[in-house]
Formats: sequence, C-alpha cells, structure tokens
Amino acid sequence: MDYSIFIGGAAGQGLDTLSHILSKILQRSGFYVYTTSDYLSRVRGGQNFFQIRFADHLIHSATSRLDCIYALNHEVLLQHIDRLQENGLALADEEVPALDRLTRLPLRAIAEELGNVRVFNSVGLGYILKVFGLDFDRAQEMLQQIFVDETMFELNVQALHKGAALTESSVPVVPGKQRKHILINGNNATALGAIAAGCRYYCGYPMTPSSSILVFMDAVSQEMEIVVDQVEDEVAALNMALGASYAGVRAMTGSSGGGFALMQEAMSLAGIIETPVVVINVQRPGPATGLPTYTEQGDLRFVLHAGHGEFPKMVIALRDGEDAFYQTARAFNIADKYQIPVILLSDQYLADTEVTLPPFDFSKISIERHLADAQAYGPGTYYRYQVTESGVSPRLIPGARGNSVIVDSDEHDEKGRIDESADNRRTQVDKRMRKAQGLAQEVQPPWEFGADAPELLLVCWGSLAGPMREACDQLNAQGLVVRALVYGDIWPFHTERLHALHAQAKKLVVVEQNATGQFEGLMRQEALIRADEKLLKYDGRQWKSDEIVAALKEVLS
Amino acid sequence: MTVYQLTEETAWCPGCGNPMIRRAVQQALNELGLPPEQVVMVAGIGQAAKMPQYIEMNSFTGLHGRSLPAAIGIKLANTELTVIAQSGDGDNYGEGGNHFISAIRRNIDIAHFVHDNQVYGLTKGQASPTTAQGQITSVQSGGVKAMPFHPLAMALVTGAGFVARGFSGDHEQLVTIMKAALQFKGYALVDILQPCVVWNKINTFQWYKKRVQPLDDNHDTSNWDFAFAAARQWGEVIPTGILYQVEKPTYDEQYGFITGSAPLAARELAPQQAEPLLQRFY
Repeated sequence: MDYSIFIGGAAGQGLDTLSHILSKILQRSGFYVYTTSDYLSRVRGGQNFFQIRFADHLIHSATSRLDCIYALNHEVLLQHIDRLQENGLALADEEVPALDRLTRLPLRAIAEELGNVRVFNSVGLGYILKVFGLDFDRAQEMLQQIFVDETMFELNVQALHKGAALTESSVPVVPGKQRKHILINGNNATALGAIAAGCRYYCGYPMTPSSSILVFMDAVSQEMEIVVDQVEDEVAALNMALGASYAGVRAMTGSSGGGFALMQEAMSLAGIIETPVVVINVQRPGPATGLPTYTEQGDLRFVLHAGHGEFPKMVIALRDGEDAFYQTARAFNIADKYQIPVILLSDQYLADTEVTLPPFDFSKISIERHLADAQAYGPGTYYRYQVTESGVSPRLIPGARGNSVIVDSDEHDEKGRIDESADNRRTQVDKRMRKAQGLAQEVQPPWEFGADAPELLLVCWGSLAGPMREACDQLNAQGLVVRALVYGDIWPFHTERLHALHAQAKKLVVVEQNATGQFEGLMRQEALIRADEKLLKYDGRQWKSDEIVAALKEVLS
Repeated sequence: MTVYQLTEETAWCPGCGNPMIRRAVQQALNELGLPPEQVVMVAGIGQAAKMPQYIEMNSFTGLHGRSLPAAIGIKLANTELTVIAQSGDGDNYGEGGNHFISAIRRNIDIAHFVHDNQVYGLTKGQASPTTAQGQITSVQSGGVKAMPFHPLAMALVTGAGFVARGFSGDHEQLVTIMKAALQFKGYALVDILQPCVVWNKINTFQWYKKRVQPLDDNHDTSNWDFAFAAARQWGEVIPTGILYQVEKPTYDEQYGFITGSAPLAARELAPQQAEPLLQRFY
C-alpha cells in the first residue's frame, strides 16, 4: 500500500492547513508519511501544492505518480493531471470547469449552506477521508487542535461529515500499527538537535527557507532558556554568535545562501580567534535571490571555501530529519573540541519536507565542552593561543581570576597580542592548521545502500539520501547490481569507501541537485576519481526516486 | 592596588588622544573597583581599536565595524560581565552604522566608548563619517562632499538612555563620564573628541581646547530637548559632559530568564531537558 495525495491551489486558499491536518491524521493512524511542499515566493495567488505520500512501509522520497488530486483551481489541475494514476481520483469544486477524469463536488455549496465558506476544505477533507476509509476520530481530534473556537470547530466537523456523505469508501486502506512516530521537517529537527546540544544562543535574520529554525527556536526560547534574537543583518548575526560563544555559551546562527554570504567576514574571524560556532546554510537556488522557495545543492563549493584566508573548518551536509537532529548536536561537540566553525548544509527540500520518523533518542546526545580548568592557571599564566601538539589550545572563558582571555582578529602571539613577525606567523598558522589532522579522524564514512559487489556505484550527498535510497532499491529489484554512497560529512572528505567501491564497480554515476556537479569536482580533487556520468537537476525541484531511476536507465542504455 | 595594567609601549603617535583615553578607562575601572575577570573590552579595527593590546584585561578584538554585535553577544551570554565596546568613529559610525542604530534600539546594558577624531588614522587620513564637509583629505582631495554624521543627536532621536560627550584633554571629566556610563543600566554612548596629530590638521588639540565647554554640573540630565540642542551644538562652543541620562528596561531584562539567576554561560546543560519538545510532533 503506497498512495500519494496531491493538494494544490493558490497561496491563501488554506492548502497549508489542509495538508497539515491530513498529514497528522495519517501519522496518527499509523502510516508512514512523507509530505513535500512546492510553494511560490508570494503570500497570495500563484500555484502552490503539497504532496502527501503515505504507506504501510518505510518511504524516503516523493514520487511523480499521484493517486488523488484535490485541486482548488483549474490551472493547478491542468498542470498535474497527467501525473494521475490510471485508477486515480481527481477532485475539485463544481465551479472548476469539467475535465476528463475529474469528479466535481459541491464543496462551496455545502460550505455556504453551513453558513461559512471557510469550511470549504473540511468538506473536501471529509470526502478524501471517506474514500480512503480513514479514521474520523483522528480527524476530529486534529480539527479540535486547529480550531480553538468552539463554533468554528463544530462547523468544521459538520463540513467533514457532509463531505463524507458524498461518497463511498472506494479504496479503503488498512490502518497501520500504532507506531509512536513523530512527524517533523528538517528545520525543526535541526533546531531540536541544537537545543539538545545545549545551544543557548540562536540569532538570525529572516530568509526563506531557513526562517522556520528561528521561528521554532523563538517558540521554545522561554521554556528552554535560549536567547533567540532576530538581529539587524546576517553580518551582525555571526559576530553576535561569536561574542556569545567567547563568553561561554553554545551559539548558532543560520540563513540561506544570500545571508550566509554576508557572514563570510565573521566566518573568517571564527577561524583566527578559534572560537567555536555552528552555522547552518539552508540552501535555495541562486545566484542572488534566485528561486527563494525552491531547492538546490548549489552552495557546496561556496561553503567549502567560506571565509577569506586559510583555517580549518568542518562541513556537514544533513541527509534527512534524523540525520539533521543527530548531526546538528554532533556539530556543537566538534566545534568545541577543535575551536572551529562547523557549517551545516541543508536545503529547502529537507527543511520543509515533513516525514514520520522514530522519536529522536536524547540519551544518545552527549555534551562535550572541552573547556580548560581555570584553577589550573596561576595569575598571568594563561595563554589563549598556547602552542600545542594537537594545535588545540586550552580554552577558558572570561571570568578566570588573575587571567585575561584575549582573542584578536590580527595575527597574534600565544597570549593573543598582535605579532606580525614571520616566525610567529608560521607558528600560529601551523598551530591552527594542525587541528585539521585531528579533525580528519572525526570524519564519518558516507551511508551505503544497495547490493554488495556493485556493478554500478551511485554517489550523492545531503538531502538526496532518501530519493537515492529508494531509487537504489528499485534498480536492484529490476535486476541491476547497484550500490549507493551518500555523503554527509563533506569536509574533511572521506575517501576510503569511495576508493574501495570504485574499484569494484564498472561504472560510477554522481547524482546532484545543481548544474555543475560540484560534488563530483570535489571527488576528483580529493579522491582522484572521476564520475562516468553526472545526473544533474537544477530546476529547483528535488529529484524524486522514480526520476533518478528513469534518468539512470537513459544514461545506461 | 592598580590592576588593568598598561603596557609601556604602544603604536600610538606622540600627542595622540588615545593614551589619554586609555588612562581614563583604567582609572574609571579602578575607581569603580570592578574585578578585571568580570570586565571585557570589545574592539573593532583601527587605531582606537588597538586599546585592548595595551591594557591587561579580557578582550575581544574582532572586525572593523563589528565591535557592537560581538559585545551584545557577550553581554547576553553573561550578564554578570561589564562589557565595554570601544573603537573609532569610522569603525562605529561608518562600517558599523547599522549595528550602531540597532544597539541603541536594543538598549543593551553595555558602555560604548567612541574615539572621535574625525578622521581615519590607521588607513592614513581618509574622511570619517564625522569629518566636516569640505575638509580636504588624501581620498577626498576636492574636499568632503557628504554632510557630517551627528552621533549624539542620532542616539538621542533613536532613544538612547545615556548620551555623553567627552574630550581626551579633560581627564577628570572623562573619568567621571566613563564611570557613570559603566554604572548606567542600559546602552551608554560616550563620544570622545580627540585630536589626530598626524592626519587631522583642522581639529587639533588647540582647536578642541578653545571650543569644549563642560556643561553645568547641575543641569537636568532628563531634559531631552536640552540634550538634543547640546548634541547638535558644534561651533565656537562644543558642550561636553553627560547630556542625557534616563534609565529604561534593558534588552536582556526583557527576556525574563537571562537575569536573576546564574548567567547563561554558567547554566548546566542536559540533552534530556529538551526531550519534552518532542511532544509537539506526535
């Protein structure tokens, strides 16, 4: 059992609420849910849609095929009806012009009869629930959560039942086992990871698709005692986070590519003052404003070279909601251990896609601050940039009696004072760069899916993990011998498994969500391995699993 | 006992106002008896921003124009710290102009000391935001075309609670102003007039000496209109002293949970504390 329901229309028509309610009903009924959104950068009008896939088995991707279309206007219907499965169901109000395979329903008429046209979508929801034989108690429970006003709640429940009365259960589904699953998107999972790691300071400037992290952090700010601040610009954001970190709290900021660009001077500052910080870039297609509400993996090279000058850093691409949670928490430990900036690379697809996941295990999160003991230093004996074998200097925060904690963006000596001599420059650069050796030991290998001894090796990174995993399964089911490598830790670059599998496979194909194959270039640079083929998608819409399968078959034939 | 020890050597020119300002900072901190481990000086880049190099205390020398954001982050992380942001006029009013406006609006509890010599020193004599219109510099060889920025008037209009003007040549008054700024609960701006002996041949020590005139000790510091007039006064007489001083709720106080118990930086972290948040996603 595996169905996809499409809900489309103009911004402002209540798509978001309807999609949320339906996703939650499906989640609470025990199904695996995967809800993607496609929206334009506008508050009213346009053609937006949500696609809710639900199944009784694990799912990791959106698909092209649709089983049910619920269209709020003619245009969105025309754009997507070709994707409807043979036995699929297309639904719209009577006002939408007749179309082959379209079932027109008196949605508006019923809503008006009930005295409030705003319950329109609840009529539609009732119809859909009935068709799939879904649980009305769950629906009522969700409506109660959404509509706090008792009258509105009652009206919506009536609308629900009126909608249901219009049809029979034609494709009844078997409710899943009662699974204790959460339904969460990538940005909220990232925020939870940061909070679990003890982040006490998060600031940023609103920028789609990163803003929902700021929104979630703000919502829990009081409860969790986290300073959350919308600041004047992204330039300020990273400088503030660095100030907070210097003073001893775990600090994070985030944006999308444009805002991340504004942070580069301070990224470099983090490098030389050796102050830990976590920064997330939730990518959207550029250049400049680009496609504000769509997805891309176009900032990889930019992020790898973030900040002027040379200093060690780590770049971790988040692969799915679970990964976002655990890797964000891990990023704080690595930042503290090596006193470096750690950059998390996400994207709009991961940020907004809501997926059912097993509840995050907070007992798996450890907080390792790596702070030195102030008592160990007699008056005037603490040197912030003490030269050590590992390159990591003992870190104190201000407040140590008898010792100053001095950080400086100028090249400095061990104490933190300006020193422009050639000897000191070499000493401090070497000290900082030695940290990269330790960092290389922290790198986790890429995920692997699929067949052993592969003939075809697929390589991708970040949020393509899910679609790639499904594509890999489908290809193997069709008789190919395929294995996929999905990179999360991007920098430092892990080469061992890539070399091993490359030696076995006849062909290596890289799949990316950008126009130039940035990861493939990195692979050539770091592993001296060239892809035989590159599958690149840069239209702002995420690769779906079936699209990867189709594209691969084409290049293989 | 004297703490906040000063270095003997500095990279400042003989006759520069910076050493005088440094001595005033040291004296103000000592007279207030602030333990050095509880004070942080934040600077940007420029001649004025070199001060942390020459005084023994916690310091964060960040980027040109960005001393205020770093200072704000530090203060929010640990409200027990006394935080001084100090840099030059180009740094704070030019490159950091947006941060200046926002810092005032936030009313964050920090002292902001701006060395205002109306010229860029470290980069060799270009106009700063406070350079007079028409003044000739290495880059504005035909004279400065833009109108000068009025930091104190700007601060007052934006709602600053503590606005003062000092002069590096009036040590006693400067120490008094600095002490008041450090004790003030909220954002406190001290614009400190100082000569640049190498690059500004107009606004010399003598030029200031002839014009600066301390305000009457008994003037009403809650009179905004008076303060605004004094802030704008820039001619034969330039009034100095605390122009305006009225406390209002600070940014950190408004969070509720920041003040009152241990500073954020000292609070215990436990991942399980966050686990109840998962309830939102079932």
